[in-house]
Amino acid sequence: MTVPARRPSAVDDARKDDSQRRQKEMIARHFDRLAAVPETGERCAYTFVPGNLTELLLSFDILPVLPEINALQSAMRGKSAEYIAVAERLGHSEDVCTYVKSDIGMLRSGNIGPTGQRLPKPDVLLLSYTGCFTFMKWFELLREEYACPVVMLHVPYQADGRITDAMRQYVVAQLREKVIPALERATGRAYDEDRLKEHLTRSAQAEDDLVWVLQSAKNVPSPIDAYFGAVYYLGPIFSSFRGTEDAVTYYRMLRDEISERVRLGKGPVTPDGDAGEERFRVVVEGPPNWTSFRQLWKMFSDEGAVAVASTYAKVGGVYDTGFRHDPSRPLESLAEYCLGCYTNLSLPTRIDLLSRYISEYRADGFLINSIKSCNSFSAGQLHILREVEARSAKPGGFFESDLVDPRYFSAANIKNRLESYFQMLGQKRAGGAR
Amino acid sequence: VSGAADAAGIPERLAALVARADRLYRDDRLTAVRAWKERTGGLAVGFLPIYVPRELLHAQGVLPVGLMGGREDLEIIKGDAYYQSYICHIPRSTVELGLNGSYACLDGILFPAICDVIRNLSGMWQTLFPGVLVRYLDLPQEFTPGLGGLFYRHELEQLSRDLQARGATPLDPEALRRSLALYNEDRRLVRELYALRRVEPWKVPTHELYVVLRASLVLSVEESSAMLREYLELAGADATRRPLDQARVLLTGSFCEQPPLGLIKTLERAGCYIVDDDFVQVHRFLRSDIPTDGDPLGNLVTAFLTDAVASPTRYIGEAVKGQELVRRVEESGAEGVLFCAPSFCDPALLDQPMTVTAVERAGVPWTAFKYSENSGQFQVIREQAGTFADSIKLWSAR
Repeated sequence: MTVPARRPSAVDDARKDDSQRRQKEMIARHFDRLAAVPETGERCAYTFVPGNLTELLLSFDILPVLPEINALQSAMRGKSAEYIAVAERLGHSEDVCTYVKSDIGMLRSGNIGPTGQRLPKPDVLLLSYTGCFTFMKWFELLREEYACPVVMLHVPYQADGRITDAMRQYVVAQLREKVIPALERATGRAYDEDRLKEHLTRSAQAEDDLVWVLQSAKNVPSPIDAYFGAVYYLGPIFSSFRGTEDAVTYYRMLRDEISERVRLGKGPVTPDGDAGEERFRVVVEGPPNWTSFRQLWKMFSDEGAVAVASTYAKVGGVYDTGFRHDPSRPLESLAEYCLGCYTNLSLPTRIDLLSRYISEYRADGFLINSIKSCNSFSAGQLHILREVEARSAKPGGFFESDLVDPRYFSAANIKNRLESYFQMLGQKRAGGAR
Repeated sequence: VSGAADAAGIPERLAALVARADRLYRDDRLTAVRAWKERTGGLAVGFLPIYVPRELLHAQGVLPVGLMGGREDLEIIKGDAYYQSYICHIPRSTVELGLNGSYACLDGILFPAICDVIRNLSGMWQTLFPGVLVRYLDLPQEFTPGLGGLFYRHELEQLSRDLQARGATPLDPEALRRSLALYNEDRRLVRELYALRRVEPWKVPTHELYVVLRASLVLSVEESSAMLREYLELAGADATRRPLDQARVLLTGSFCEQPPLGLIKTLERAGCYIVDDDFVQVHRFLRSDIPTDGDPLGNLVTAFLTDAVASPTRYIGEAVKGQELVRRVEESGAEGVLFCAPSFCDPALLDQPMTVTAVERAGVPWTAFKYSENSGQFQVIREQAGTFADSIKLWSAR
């Protein structure tokens, strides 16, 4: 979700846009602060991306640590296989979420984070139980490792495709009566709603620019890749920076850069530089594979395939359907944010969203990357495939991989699937042109 | 156990009862449910594992029907096309039975919030079967009365309104009190059966108890209680059943997708007396009676908040993980634990490292294996369970 946080080299920097350089600096600074916690005494909370309460944490000067991000960073650095093996030797099943096992393995191996620095122990485990059952078990497991309080925020599921008053009130009441008092106890500071509102104001500004960037993919050619490339764009807002001045500046900078690409008629930046001709526009459902991220991206870009929209870009918040954090309703707004994350949406809503993306982004088809160890995303995806094909009349493709377990990335199989799929799209187009 | 059962013919009567239960357990077409509907004109609403408040449905004249997926002899033709190889089996058989018309007699299905697979299955059902009531029952993971309790009450009130909109009678507090009492009795009978099995496991073989509990899922609570009562009397009175030199084990992890009956028989034949388990857990999800006085809906809510078992599907905030399992080992007199979870079951398998730690800390021997509801080969499990039982009998100090 964020750029791999190794220190930038001069060669790397020469190829990067200003926004990328800025993001790297932001992340490096954040991990420096985390590494310095034993000396500075700053507080930190471990929490999850979907349903994260970053603004609230920041209003208490709490530093967020996101175990999913650490896990995916471990995969991008080639460490996850070793960490998963550690967890499996401890008795964790081969059947369950590999984010969890990578995190447990990392913890048992010294808790060295993405920058090579040791991560601090949490002062609080903030369990935002949003859209993924495994989150709950994950923090029960972490609770066994740390002597710190756990605060649970149960976010109801949007089973009927809407947020009811009862759901909103339930989440707000938990924030008011459970989460905020727990954060007050952890920090010794009183809740400051004015500070929270300031952060929420900045969140909304950054969200406006992020949505503009994501929707820039409606242009032909698309100036961005909204699946692989989007991972880099989403880093700050999905992780520790939503609600900060840094995030506002970053997204304004990014918007300006993408705006310039649109003006010049350029396609997205790929691992090999500027993309060539845009041959296929696809919508992608499911998280990326992190162990072979660039290899998978290259399988798309070699075929001239550009992801113009993705659902993964919405796991940390679905902003493009209108939601913005609202400082005039701070807790209600946080509640609606949590309730609205992508994996908290019902299958029919996910089907609607994908069908809409295909139409609005003028996609040639859609692809599902089905992740072995993520039931929240994967259970039901074959049904989604059928339904979206039927509604959109566009062909769907399906391939399988995993989040961070390299044993489940079969490059030859995936490449074969993708090549066949794109070949079929090409033939369909050629047939339609006759 | 009352002494009402006649000594003569007890084994035969027991065999007939179990045979009837076995037929109900294997009847995918839900013939008993169809007959109930014809007889009463009421609605029948299915529910997936583990727990739904059946009392609420009953009070509105609705028959709650427990759906627990398929068995080893159910051929999955369409269901597999909806799921990748790394998803558990219960949603496949559930879709299969939905698509082949087995559940056509159901006016709705409730999907309790226990995991992402069952959750997402609720959305599939909405699109596959648009004509029926589909309710995702969002059970709270916050157990404070004013927070999770209030939310849960809203959920139940909404469910009640949805049932009424489909033709069920409006929820009446007096009717709900009567339903609470009936289900209290049903649960009490199940508790007594479990207590009898703890004391004399040879009298209540688990493969038999299991089909009786499964059969009760498709019967009205009145019929269920009658069957449980008769089974309790007959099993308790059957003097032909003699003890064997078996190891007493507690089996855990099988609370959702159920093992094939052959697996349970295999474990027993391998030398295990199962003296506690997680099978068909709706019967024991609440530990004790729900008060019938005062606000009955409030009592139903409070029971869920404060009296439910420490299921892996419930967030354990303050208590020590595995504490309840160790307590169950002690109460049941189990000499070992079988961690017996379905493949790809997130709640069971993510929980297991924590509960294994608790069991090890308590010095209780354990072993672990996985299954699918359609597993057909048990030789490896038989050897594993047999070795485990032998090791308990030979060397365990417990």
